Amino acid sequence: MFDSLSDKLQRVFKNLRGEGKLTEANMEAALKEIRVALLEADVHFKVVKELIEKVREKSKGEEVLQALSPSQQVVKIVKDELVRLLGTHQSKLRFSNEPPTVVMIVGLQGSGKTTSTSKLARLLVKEGKKPQLVSVDVYRPAARQQLAVLAKQLNIPIHDGEPNQPPIDLVKGAKMAAVREGRDVILVDTAGRLHIDDALMQELQELKDYLNPQEILFVADAMTGQDAVKSADEFNKRLGITGIILTKLDGDARGGAALSVRQVTGQPLKFVGVGEKPEAFEAFHPDRVAQRILGMGDVLSLIEKVEGAIDMKEAEKMQRKLIENDFTLEDFRDQLKQLRKLGPLDSLMGMIPGMDKMSKQMKDAKMDESELTKIVAIIDSMTPHERANHMIINGARRRRIAKGSGTQPQDINNLLKQYTQARKVMKTLTDSLGGLGGGKFGGSMAKRLAKMGLPGMEDLMRR
Amino acid sequence: MSSLLDRLKSGIQKTRSGLVGSIDNLIHGRKEIDPDLLEELEYSLISSDIGVRTATEILEGIKQRVDRQQLADAGELRALIRQQLLDILEASEKPLNWAVKPPTVVMIVGVNGVGKTTSIGKLANRFKGDGQKVLICAADTFRAAAIEQLEVWAQRSDVEMIRQQSGSDPSAVLFDSLKAAEARGSTLVLVDTAGRLHNKEHLMAELEKMTRTARRVIPDAPHEVWMVLDATTGQNGLEQAKKFTESAGVTGIVLTKLDGTAKGGVVVAIAREMNLPIRYVGVGEQVDDLIPFEADKFVASLFDN
Repeated sequence: MFDSLSDKLQRVFKNLRGEGKLTEANMEAALKEIRVALLEADVHFKVVKELIEKVREKSKGEEVLQALSPSQQVVKIVKDELVRLLGTHQSKLRFSNEPPTVVMIVGLQGSGKTTSTSKLARLLVKEGKKPQLVSVDVYRPAARQQLAVLAKQLNIPIHDGEPNQPPIDLVKGAKMAAVREGRDVILVDTAGRLHIDDALMQELQELKDYLNPQEILFVADAMTGQDAVKSADEFNKRLGITGIILTKLDGDARGGAALSVRQVTGQPLKFVGVGEKPEAFEAFHPDRVAQRILGMGDVLSLIEKVEGAIDMKEAEKMQRKLIENDFTLEDFRDQLKQLRKLGPLDSLMGMIPGMDKMSKQMKDAKMDESELTKIVAIIDSMTPHERANHMIINGARRRRIAKGSGTQPQDINNLLKQYTQARKVMKTLTDSLGGLGGGKFGGSMAKRLAKMGLPGMEDLMRR
Repeated sequence: MSSLLDRLKSGIQKTRSGLVGSIDNLIHGRKEIDPDLLEELEYSLISSDIGVRTATEILEGIKQRVDRQQLADAGELRALIRQQLLDILEASEKPLNWAVKPPTVVMIVGVNGVGKTTSIGKLANRFKGDGQKVLICAADTFRAAAIEQLEVWAQRSDVEMIRQQSGSDPSAVLFDSLKAAEARGSTLVLVDTAGRLHNKEHLMAELEKMTRTARRVIPDAPHEVWMVLDATTGQNGLEQAKKFTESAGVTGIVLTKLDGTAKGGVVVAIAREMNLPIRYVGVGEQVDDLIPFEADKFVASLFDN
């Protein structure tokens, strides 16, 4: 549904035949496209209006008018402006000099407070902190139980309290428990509420007064529309939030709400939730979200994800093999097993700019989870010689392999096709890992993706 | 039933003052329809999450009438927009597909945090009040304490619920529930499902499996599949409706949390582009605050005094 902004702009400029260069007239057409793209990404319309004015101003500079590829220049201006609005560097949590530090998690119903609380706790543990959890959501049925279950799974202490205890007593208990047990951060999960609910907002204020928290994090759903501004503004006015957690970023929403929330509160985005698993929680990177709003993919997150899941030594070995053009079916199988650790394939594909088309091809080839199992079975049914040299697999061998793996000869053909395709993709990914290690990321991967005919990448490169 | 209408009115007070109020403000004291007015009108529509395309279409219609000089008075704009919204919402209205031979199976799907479990609790209460013998199927076996949350609702409304261990196969729970519903003579089965983002294919495939499982027990089940949508959702709501329709065959929308927002406009886009009817709207936290949607009453409560 969403074309990437750069694709759209390229079309705008292409349609103006003979006008490869930027003029004030065709600039207006481009600005219109930008406006629609931002509105479709749920950026608040007032923010869009201001942004368009800024872009208009900046694009008037001579530099742009003489640029060889105007669409790329314009995209860059928009992206830079988005990054500027989103905050140019990521912010960390503030910790108290006298532990325990108190962090309150607030937000609307269903934005993901409880899940985020447990994920944040896990992240803090990884950073060497000793968090203590407490839920004061005494309204939603089984809400406290939900946090208790998550805490147990993560092996993080939680103050359970009594069934009908009021919120203020619950946090008192949690504070005492934290001091007693030497926990240095208390995470307080609060009940979801509408910003118009006076009684509940009053309750939050009382909690704040008692706890004197270092951080009040507002949880915002990335799928929120134009209303994001209002609720964030209201929470900020009444409570004075100190940061924002953006959740459900693993969906396909553009996350324009991030921009609106940041703009209206003036507070930094600190974390993003990117999946259902406890570890799917990361620090916020403005440039990545800016690219996402513009529909330019998220290469860096992908690289990080790959890096986290794939054994580096294994990857280096693989890369060597690739360079020597020695990537066999056996390696392919091992690689697939590693890929599996990354999660669903199409979500990965979505992170690579311009990969949409490719991802569709993959879908046609049905590269889904159960398909992976099948592929592994097929490769297991080959002889070592066949695995090392796929060229020798002829009709007779195909039939034998199909029989052995309980598949059809057609499946073997598909697999070999995917194998050659994957050879390309793997080469790209492992190359970029190598590039990261050498501190020169960007060049090699981008060039390779560009070579593979991924249009978005070229844009990123030429800047 | 007048109390229902009152509740609807008070629940959508925000949308009323947001969308209609801003239109009224625009028009107030103005006679001529000039480009400035149209631009401001576009912003009012877009800020209700109605979507750029739907807003543009409504405006194009207005511009054409102005050009043909069929419309000159700004005061007429209000009625025109009212009619356009009503047309879109009425065009998508469809009667409920109730099972000829009970039980009717209603599956509730949606992304995380939209209010599926709470809606089921409220629906169970409503249908029980209507004289249905309701059975709840706790097939959200993924989220921590989801089953416990649903159980509280089942107890409140005093309806039966079938559950298994947390983490078990949702299709298995569904199978058990449908068998139990047949054996116990239930007339309505409400199936809770785990929240899932619509771009996760393996999770969407799980929904397809559940539908197949339901059909094995009751050939024409699920009779209705309702996607729960948070009224504060932006343009992504359309994408959600598309993907859930592909996998689970959505037949209607339950719009929740409308009381907290001046928006909810994305349902208009969904009604227009997906032709999906809105079944219920949530206008408050009380158990009877989930009320049946009727396009004419809804639009009337928005625009009329």
